[in-house]
Amino acid sequence: MIPAVSIVDVVKTFGSLRALDGLSLDIQQGEFFGLLGPNGAGKTTLISALAGLARLDSGCIRVLGHDVVRDFRQARRLLGVVPQELVFDPFFSVRETLRIQSGYFGIRRNDDWIDEILHHLDLTSKADANMRRLSGGMKRRVLVAQALVHKPPVIVLDEPTAGVDVELRQGLWQFVRRLNGEGHTIILTTHYLEEAEALCNRIALMKQGQLLALDSTVNLMAAHPGASLEEVFLRTMQR
Amino acid sequence: MIGFWTLFYKEVLRFWKVAFQTVAAPVLTAMLYLMIFGHVLEDHVRVHGIGYTSFLIPGLVMMQVLQNAFANSSSSLIQAKITGSIVFVLLPPLPYSSFFIAYVLAAMLRGIMVGVGVLLVTVWFVDLQVVAPGWVLLFAVLSGALFGALGMIAGIWVEKFDQLAAFQNFLIMPLTMLSGVFYSIYTLPTFWQRLSHYNPVFYMIDGFRYGFFGVSDVSPVHSLAVVASCFALTSLLTLALLKRGWKLRT
Repeated sequence: MIPAVSIVDVVKTFGSLRALDGLSLDIQQGEFFGLLGPNGAGKTTLISALAGLARLDSGCIRVLGHDVVRDFRQARRLLGVVPQELVFDPFFSVRETLRIQSGYFGIRRNDDWIDEILHHLDLTSKADANMRRLSGGMKRRVLVAQALVHKPPVIVLDEPTAGVDVELRQGLWQFVRRLNGEGHTIILTTHYLEEAEALCNRIALMKQGQLLALDSTVNLMAAHPGASLEEVFLRTMQR
Repeated sequence: MIGFWTLFYKEVLRFWKVAFQTVAAPVLTAMLYLMIFGHVLEDHVRVHGIGYTSFLIPGLVMMQVLQNAFANSSSSLIQAKITGSIVFVLLPPLPYSSFFIAYVLAAMLRGIMVGVGVLLVTVWFVDLQVVAPGWVLLFAVLSGALFGALGMIAGIWVEKFDQLAAFQNFLIMPLTMLSGVFYSIYTLPTFWQRLSHYNPVFYMIDGFRYGFFGVSDVSPVHSLAVVASCFALTSLLTLALLKRGWKLRT
């Protein structure tokens, strides 16, 4: 089976900083994959390169076999990305935002799916509200909704629960778990390690643009008996 | 094509939602110019045998077309870059040519809407004839598109609003004000006449004015060639920047 995401020997530098330093890994279809590391590990740079927002110095990334540079149109169609920053377009309502995002992906008359996403993210009552009037948590939910409008088989969540209340977190994870159960591949970066431990089947630990560990969550935990994922993380980072 | 139409629709909706600021305000500004300059100079100045107020109107219309086309694409891009919402158009599978055409068409549309607005409110002041509407439309469309593309370059290039303001105040404003909006360049001293021939906006206004009166400082075909060449060059540069992702993708 073709990997959902294939990352081959990627290098990305910003001046003298090697943000990605020859990193390679495959993420299989249907996985709930955790990409963990301290600030500056290169997680967001890797996601940016995957999404076509950053250009690699060398190496390549493929989404379901499609190169993100040479075959960018097909690769981007297969990918839904929730960015880390809380960004929004202040001119539009929630529904307009989602309709416009659907159109960018070539989808017209997407209201049935938009309504379903709004329902699952508890945004139905805010559908006609302007984006400026939403709280931070609600704006975060709209970002998740925007990433899902085109039903991408691969969904990337870059710290989606940063600054989000407990109730929304639970609702969001329930929805994302359902999507994963339906076959969507989920790639998650988070600083909440208990979330990663509970959700992810496999985890990659990154530091300074390199891969320090890559294994199933069960194996990572088994290698450090009695330790929490947070302790495993800290021990790995101190190597 | 759906992606392109959606981006075009989004860009139009963006300025239409604040039409009071983006369409009505420039129309009012142009009307004030006309009232003041027309009142002061109508009885004293005739250009190419045309009354000053009549002469002034096409220049004001074109000036607003250009300034608003530029403002639309540049402000949309800089706002999206500063707020980070640019990712919403960078993540989808939109080809860069669609990106370019959607922004330029929306900018041109806003420019022409303002231009039509200016024309509608100013024709009450004089009996304005249009002898060659084809030339009027051609110059409005081409010049609006050119300044829409120029606005894209500015929007991609600058990183802060004050840099964009500098671009507008030190390049766009002098180019438009010193292009013959308020005068025929043949009323200028020889040096400034010659210098005006290096200003592409002069050809836009002169060709546009030809469509109204059938007289111009230079041949409309000459003006069209200059404007079309400038549009081609600006478009190629904008497309190259978008293809490279310059200042958009790291």
